[in-house]
Amino acid sequence: MALAKAKGGAERLAAVELPACGAWLAAARGAALARAQEMGLPTRRDEYWRYTDPTTLTAATAPAAALFAAGDEPPAFAAIDRVTLVFTDGVFDAAASDDPAAAGVELTRLALAGQADIHWARELYGVLEARGQSPVPRPLAALNGALATDGVMIRVTGKAARPVSLVYRHAATTSDAVLRHVIRLEPGAELTLLESGPGAARFSTVTEVDVADGASFHHIRTQGRDHERRTLTHLFARIGAQARFKSFTLTANGVLTRNEVVLELLGDDSIAHVAGAAMGDGGFHHDDTVFVTHAAERCESRQVFKKVLKGGAVGVFQGKILVKQGAQKTDGYQISQSLLLDEDSQFLAKPELEIYADDVKCSHGSTSGAIDETALFYLRSRGVPERLAQALLVQAFLAQAIEEIEDEAIAEDIRGRLEGWLARRMG
Amino acid sequence: MLTINNLHVKLEEEDKVILKGVNLTVETGKVHAIMGPNGSGKSTLSYVLSGREGYQVTAGEAILDGQSLLEMEPEERAAAGLFLAFQYPVEIPGVGNMTFLRTAVNAQRKARGQEEMSSAEFLKVVREKAKALKIDADMLKRPVNVGFSGGEKKRNEILQMAMLEPKMCILDETDSGLDVDAMKLVAEGVNALRSEGRSFLVITHYQRLLDHIAPDVVHIMADGRIVKTGGPELALEVEQNGYADILAEVL
Repeated sequence: MALAKAKGGAERLAAVELPACGAWLAAARGAALARAQEMGLPTRRDEYWRYTDPTTLTAATAPAAALFAAGDEPPAFAAIDRVTLVFTDGVFDAAASDDPAAAGVELTRLALAGQADIHWARELYGVLEARGQSPVPRPLAALNGALATDGVMIRVTGKAARPVSLVYRHAATTSDAVLRHVIRLEPGAELTLLESGPGAARFSTVTEVDVADGASFHHIRTQGRDHERRTLTHLFARIGAQARFKSFTLTANGVLTRNEVVLELLGDDSIAHVAGAAMGDGGFHHDDTVFVTHAAERCESRQVFKKVLKGGAVGVFQGKILVKQGAQKTDGYQISQSLLLDEDSQFLAKPELEIYADDVKCSHGSTSGAIDETALFYLRSRGVPERLAQALLVQAFLAQAIEEIEDEAIAEDIRGRLEGWLARRMG
Repeated sequence: MLTINNLHVKLEEEDKVILKGVNLTVETGKVHAIMGPNGSGKSTLSYVLSGREGYQVTAGEAILDGQSLLEMEPEERAAAGLFLAFQYPVEIPGVGNMTFLRTAVNAQRKARGQEEMSSAEFLKVVREKAKALKIDADMLKRPVNVGFSGGEKKRNEILQMAMLEPKMCILDETDSGLDVDAMKLVAEGVNALRSEGRSFLVITHYQRLLDHIAPDVVHIMADGRIVKTGGPELALEVEQNGYADILAEVL
């Protein structure tokens, strides 16, 4: 008992009640809870939580978060032909959603999937998350697997007709939402997944993606501008041979955001890119924690993370590339950069490389700096007003991350969102 | 017309006086050249006029067509018609050259209460002007000055000048780092912009640029002052005898 007491949050975990559901899902939830209990909830003493205080994420109830009035800003991805599924404070809103059949994929909601025996989902739910628990424990991802009330389970066999767009609305100031998505791309399949919106006062999503040989997965998300929202995401992906995985996240505002990405390159000749552009001021705390494992030959991985910080904002980047024995000709690259718009903000970076193969190319870089005064003067000397010149330089700073978005229309949407934020916040 | 009266400037960070009473008038439509040895204050003069930080004006004034420049922000000076072609044009990764040009053109038009240029019109004008300067489509698409050769950077400065149509152009050692062919191309670009309503202040070490951009008036600057003013022949004198004779004569 003394041991159990030493684990963080043991009391809270002991009190967890699992949502009612069908047999296979109940078993998966039970296993996830057991994993969370085994690991204990994180505290600031844990190595990967040193820079980010998990207290408000592990607390039994969510701290309140005021709603954000978006004004005349168009909803994210409004111009993209997509199939929209809306979750308000984590609850599926059928009236606001499109018919999922239009996506040309098999799509079931988690809330319904428990009743049916969907064999492919059974083989993934909690499985990729469990794989991702080593060597770095991620107990909150396991807890998500125990508690998730809904989410989507998508299986793609060919090229999806349209992107699947998950829209997360935040309506109640004290909402606490937990969603779990499971995605299986069969060999040669292609899917674009869009996610947008704050989701809840406190919002946890875990997405498990299985990318089979020759398949291609694109993921673009924007995390919602509510200033007080707290967001925790985990993205676990297993990537086969000659496959493509690309994920991009835009974060603006939010009091706390932690995005964890765990990628495993298991087949030869694949690529995995993960990128993020984040900007915030004041009480903004933004954490990207990424772990990429190369376990096959001739794979390419990229981590491109850029943060614009102002008014005491804090940015965190913890990124690791692990190259396993035999993963020859690996090409791994990692860049994390922050643009500090004043002296109150800070950027904490922990880049790591661990390499057990002898014929690889891996590099990482991390920088933190202010706006380039020479460039600013150059722009102003051409008649560009200071605010606009600053905004241009901020966009230029973030450009490398946004270039990771392959679809030009989606990239344009993201750029527009960014411009809007800068116009409002660069004063 | 640009009039500089008794301009005194020191470096903000250290107590070092650079300009010690510059007096200069550039009449509308004229090309004036400033020559002078290293450290005479030529580049400082160009920076102070365009509003770069780090300098403190302790006395004097600079008036462009009735507007007092020294109290204005750099972008206001640009909108008032001042343009500085940089000695070292700045590379700006991530900002496309076209975006940069269009933003600048439209910002100035807006500041002057003019209508912004439409994308189609802008494209047409920029292509035409770029062609004359042998700037290809690729250079227009690339980020501002990134990966440009020395000659390309200077031509890009002239393209900006051509697009912004300033009243007063200051060229800060535009010939530095250029081979003869590149310098000719830049000079042709400048000459094409010479007009009755536009003045130039050409800052250079060497006479050779002035072979291509013929000045109306030549000034010699030394130790923070204009020490001698004359016609184009003054530049030839410097070329033949160096600065020593002139400086010995005036100091």
